[in-house]
Amino acid sequence: MKEQQRINKAAHRAKIIRSFYPHIILWIGIAIIIFPIYFIFSASSHTNSDIQAAPMPLGIGSHLIENYRQALLHGTQNMGTPVSTMLKNSLIMALGISIGKIIISLMAAFAIVFFDFPLRGFCFWSIFITLMLPVEVRIMPTYKVVADLGLLNSYAGLILPMIVSATAVFLFRQFFMSVPREIAEASQIDGATPMQFFRHILAPMTRTPIASMFVIQFIYGWNQYLWPLLITTKPEFYTLLIGINRMMSGADVQIEWQIVMATTMLAMLPPVIVVVLMQKQFISGMTETEK
Amino acid sequence: MSKQYEFKASILPYLLVLPQMVIVFLFFFWPSAQAILQSFYLQDPFGGKMIFVGFENYSKLLVDPDYWQSFWVSTAFALFITLSSMVISLFLAIQANKKIRFASFYKTMLIWPYAVSTLVAGVIWLFMFNPNVGVIAYVLKHTFNVNWQYLLNFNQAFLLLTMAATWKQLAYNFVFFLAGLQSVPATLVEAAEIDGAGPTKRFWKIIFPLLSPTTFYLLVMDLVYGFFETFPIVHSITSGAPGKSTAILVYKVWRDGVINLDLGSSSAQSVILMIMVIILTVFQFRFIERRVTY
Repeated sequence: MKEQQRINKAAHRAKIIRSFYPHIILWIGIAIIIFPIYFIFSASSHTNSDIQAAPMPLGIGSHLIENYRQALLHGTQNMGTPVSTMLKNSLIMALGISIGKIIISLMAAFAIVFFDFPLRGFCFWSIFITLMLPVEVRIMPTYKVVADLGLLNSYAGLILPMIVSATAVFLFRQFFMSVPREIAEASQIDGATPMQFFRHILAPMTRTPIASMFVIQFIYGWNQYLWPLLITTKPEFYTLLIGINRMMSGADVQIEWQIVMATTMLAMLPPVIVVVLMQKQFISGMTETEK
Repeated sequence: MSKQYEFKASILPYLLVLPQMVIVFLFFFWPSAQAILQSFYLQDPFGGKMIFVGFENYSKLLVDPDYWQSFWVSTAFALFITLSSMVISLFLAIQANKKIRFASFYKTMLIWPYAVSTLVAGVIWLFMFNPNVGVIAYVLKHTFNVNWQYLLNFNQAFLLLTMAATWKQLAYNFVFFLAGLQSVPATLVEAAEIDGAGPTKRFWKIIFPLLSPTTFYLLVMDLVYGFFETFPIVHSITSGAPGKSTAILVYKVWRDGVINLDLGSSSAQSVILMIMVIILTVFQFRFIERRVTY
């Protein structure tokens, strides 16, 4: 009897330990993600001399607000461009890419799905093939095209080459093909033009895919690095990520780590907010478009 | 398709596809064609004089030890990133998919880092491991007596780049593995449990095979990421140092084109990268096709 009780107790204890196991693993995973970011945050609250006197203190220092204000209004000494300017540029680029891509993709997908025209197949395949080559592998010739068009150091130059890829056209095409054609036919019988159908019936139905696409493209646009690195040479067009790079380069300057780290935190914030607020749309967008 | 109702208009569809087509031709077909053309020429970067040299740009690359070094480093880099980020993410996704308390909190905490850019990941790891100010570098030096100088030591540099790139890719893989695991029918797993299959056996005999489309998709995407999208990490952390040893292929395209102004060689390298991406993509489509017919 007693023996049996002891076995039960041991089994019970093993069960409790087993039920904790996933929590422990997940917390380790979260720690791997969070700690590096915490170091950055901590550094953004100290003075540079605190950071330089390695190891830096790991708490939250007293210069948090001061550092962020310094970054936003003045930037670092070796670069002089305030982070607020670069924040604006990153925002224009990310919004331009996401909204621009959504609009032209909606139009193209509408034409390809709802119209019968001789070059339909050709258009479809020309767009389809862009899925294959990331911009990184054709960066130099694209640079030359943009230079020839006089778009270096301009928002158009930052945005247009980045809205090439066909992911959005595909998501919208897939969605449009699931829309019952009777709706289109009925709208015609009622005397609506195709554009009226598009604007008043189809576009409102597409709200969810549009939201998913917005999250993904906003993050994609915000996080572009190689392209703005190539085509922006004037500080007034630097995006945040380029700014971070410029703050850390320069041969004989002392890196102002506290400002660099504050800028890094600021560069992380907008896309993170978008993902956290729109997590559901984000996940459905990711797993549906890219598959 | 032909039975479906379709609008009849002659000009409107062309107007609708026009913006997309203009952008595709201007920023995709034209530059890609230029890259191919340029790879057969030697160009004087200042005068713009072009001399046709046939395959010389390519043959020079193939006998250039720097290029092969770059190729092998990129391959090793991509493979390490793919393997480590997939293993860690799958492991975490399996735990997060269990019916436990706070599951949605854990999921959010592991998904949001998707929004962190590759450059920011590079800067974060650069800062932690900077030999002068880095916290982890300090611990390595003073507690473990490691001579931590990643800009002088290839193994250290490679390790640091791999860790940063893997860390960045965890959330992406996690999202897909979680979605894949959620589509595994629970009844199937329960049936196996009733039949006496233990957790390990259930995973390898039921869950893992059903997850193979996701795994394969991520394998291709992670390789593409490792080869082509890790430029910001290399650029910020090592800039190719020590020497040129960590200059991955994309970094070398950029440096030869932008810094060294050797457009012919840079274009030839671009074309080789294009071929690599196309092979990876075709490989992926083949697999998806087979899965569909199966």
